[in-house]
Amino acid sequence: MTALFECRDLTKYFPVKKLFQEVAKVHAVERINLTIPEGETVGLVGESGCGKTTLARMLLLLIRPTAGAILYRDTDLTLLGGRELRDFRRETAIVFQDPYSSLDPRMLVADVVGEPLAIHRVAYGEDREEMVLRLLERVGLKTEHMYRYPHEFSGGQRQRLAIARALAADPRFILLDEATSALDVSVQAKILNMLSELKSEFGLTYLFISHDLSVIRHLSDRVGVMYVGQMVEYGTSEQVFAQPMHPYTRGLLQAAPSLNPDDRDRRSGDALEGEVPSTVNPPPGCRFHPRCPTRGANCPDVSPELVDVGDGHLVACRSAGKKP
Amino acid sequence: MEARENLLVVDRLKTQFFTYGGVVEALDEVSFEIRRGEIFGLVGESGCGKSVTTASILGLVAKPGRVISGRILLDGEDLLTKSAKEMNAIRGSRISIIFQDPTSSLNPLFRVQIQVAEPYIYHQAMPKKRALREATRILGTTGLPDPEQKSRSYPHELSGGMRQRAMIAMALTCQPDLLIADEPTTNLDVTIARQIRDLVRDLQREFGTSVLWITHNMAVVAQLCDRVGVMYAGSIVEKSDVRTLFRDPRHPYTVRLLHAIPSAATSGAELEEIPGSVPQLIHPPTGCRFHPRCDRALDVCSVQKPQEVEVRPGHFVACHLFRTREEDA
Repeated sequence: MTALFECRDLTKYFPVKKLFQEVAKVHAVERINLTIPEGETVGLVGESGCGKTTLARMLLLLIRPTAGAILYRDTDLTLLGGRELRDFRRETAIVFQDPYSSLDPRMLVADVVGEPLAIHRVAYGEDREEMVLRLLERVGLKTEHMYRYPHEFSGGQRQRLAIARALAADPRFILLDEATSALDVSVQAKILNMLSELKSEFGLTYLFISHDLSVIRHLSDRVGVMYVGQMVEYGTSEQVFAQPMHPYTRGLLQAAPSLNPDDRDRRSGDALEGEVPSTVNPPPGCRFHPRCPTRGANCPDVSPELVDVGDGHLVACRSAGKKP
Repeated sequence: MEARENLLVVDRLKTQFFTYGGVVEALDEVSFEIRRGEIFGLVGESGCGKSVTTASILGLVAKPGRVISGRILLDGEDLLTKSAKEMNAIRGSRISIIFQDPTSSLNPLFRVQIQVAEPYIYHQAMPKKRALREATRILGTTGLPDPEQKSRSYPHELSGGMRQRAMIAMALTCQPDLLIADEPTTNLDVTIARQIRDLVRDLQREFGTSVLWITHNMAVVAQLCDRVGVMYAGSIVEKSDVRTLFRDPRHPYTVRLLHAIPSAATSGAELEEIPGSVPQLIHPPTGCRFHPRCDRALDVCSVQKPQEVEVRPGHFVACHLFRTREEDA
C-alpha cells in the first residue's frame, strides 16, 4: 500500500475581519493527519461546517494551508510551481454536489467535457471530439447529446456529465464532494455503481465527502469522522461503522435513521443533545465535551490526540472504548 | 387493527396543470386516509406528486394548476367545496404546515416571537401581549433553549435547527388537527434532524395531532411513521402500516426502491438499479405508469390502470400482478 496523499498537521484558519482588522479566526481545519492510500476510497463524514470540504480543497491546493504539509507521491505540494503544478492538476479532478451550478449553462456538452483536454493540451480537433464521444458513452450518455446545453439534461444526467469532465484528462485521483447528495435514490444507485466500475477500470483513488452515512459505508474502504475542524476517528469502514469508539461517531450513527422499523424502540432516547459549536470560538479542550455523554473531568482542559487503539483504528478520545 | 376514526380522507384526487406544453397530470386519482393521532408518511422520488398533494389539501394549488376531481374530507367536510375565506380560517388553525426550508418560511424583518404569535392573534383573536407570552411558552415546549431571550431574536440569529423549532411552534399554536410536514428535516444535519424527528413524535403524542410526513427518505419513514403510502409518478402504488411495508413490500417499484438504498449489507457490492427514469407527467405512460420500467410487467399493464388490491388487511397494492393472482384463485 503506497500513499497517494499524506497530510501532516494540516491547518487552515480563515480570518474574520472588521474594518480591515482581524478580530477572530475561523478554525476551519486544525492539525489533521490523513493518509489516502492509492487505489482506495476514503470517505469523510461530519456535519455542516466541520471542515470536510476545506480539508479536501487543501489537498488539491485550491486553498493554501495556514500550516502543515501535504505530500502527493512524497513531494510537498506547497513547494510545487509552474509545470509541476500543472501536471499535478491534470492528475486530480473534482465532482461537485450540485450539477446545476457546476456546469456552465452557456457551454455545449462537447466543450464542457472537452475543456480539460484543451487546457492540458491532450487532444485537438477531431481527436478531441472522438475522445469526448468515448467519455460520454462511458458514463452512459449518447452521441446525440454532444451538441446540447446542460439545461436539456436531468440532474442524474448532469452528474454523469460532471463525471465525464472529471475523467477527461485521465486523472489518478477524484474528489467527490457530496457527488450524489442531490440525487434521488434510484438515480443515486446508478451513479454509485458507475463510480465503483470506473474506479477499478481506471485505477482511480477517491476521496468521498458526504453527510450520508449509508452512502459512505457503501463506497468507502476507509472512513474519517470530523467534528469542528478536527479528525475524531479514522479507520477502515468496518472498524468505524461496526465498532465506533468515539462518542461523537456513536452519536452520529445512532442519529442516522435505519431502514428497519424494529430499530425504532431500541434506539429511542439516545439522541445527541445540543448543537454543533461555532468554529470561531470552538470549545476548549476536547471540542466535543459540551455534548459528550461520557465526558470526564479533564475533557474541558486537555485536547485529546488521535491514538491507535489497534490495527490502525485511530480515535481522539480520552475515554475511547469505555462504555458510556 | 384498531378502528381509529379517519381524520382526513383523500379520495381519488386528480390535480392537473394546464401549461402551454400540454396538460401535466400531476396527481392521478390519489386516495389515502389519515387516522386520528397517527403519523402517515408519503414517500417518493422528486416529481412524484408529494408536494402537489399537500398543496391540494391546503387549497394552495397555484395557477395554471387545478384540482380536477376527487374529494378531500376533513372530519367529513369536503375542503374542495370551501370558499377562499373559509380555507383561510382552516389553514393555520385546523391544518398547519412546516416546510423544508425554515429560512425562507420565516420573515427576516420580524422577531421570531411575533411571527409565532400571529396565529393566536388571527385565529383566536387573542390580545397581542398575551399572544406574545403564549408564543414564548410554546417556543419553550419545542425545545428552543432560553426561550425568554431567544424568542426575541430575528430569524438570522438562530441556527437552522432552532428555526425549524420555531416553525414547529408556529404550526402548533392553534393545536391543529392535522400537521403537514413537507420534508422538514431534509436540510438539517444528521444529529439535528434526529432531534427534530423526536420532537415531532413527542408533540404528536402529547397533543394527539395527526401528522402527514412527506419525505423522499425511506429510512425516516421506517423510524417515524405509523402508516405509509409510496408514490410513483402521481399515484400511490402501495399503502400499508410501516412494519408490513418494510418486511414484505409487494409493488415492484417499492421492492426495487428499497433495494437501491445503500446500507451496511450492500457495502462493496453493486446496488440494484431501476432501469429507465421517472416519466414526464405531460405524456405519462398509459396503463400502469411504472410498466415501462417494470421487469414483471404483463400485457395488461400498458393498457389498463391497476386498481388497488387489498393483499392483506390494511395492505393495499395497485398492481396487476396481484389482481390476476386473486382472480386465478
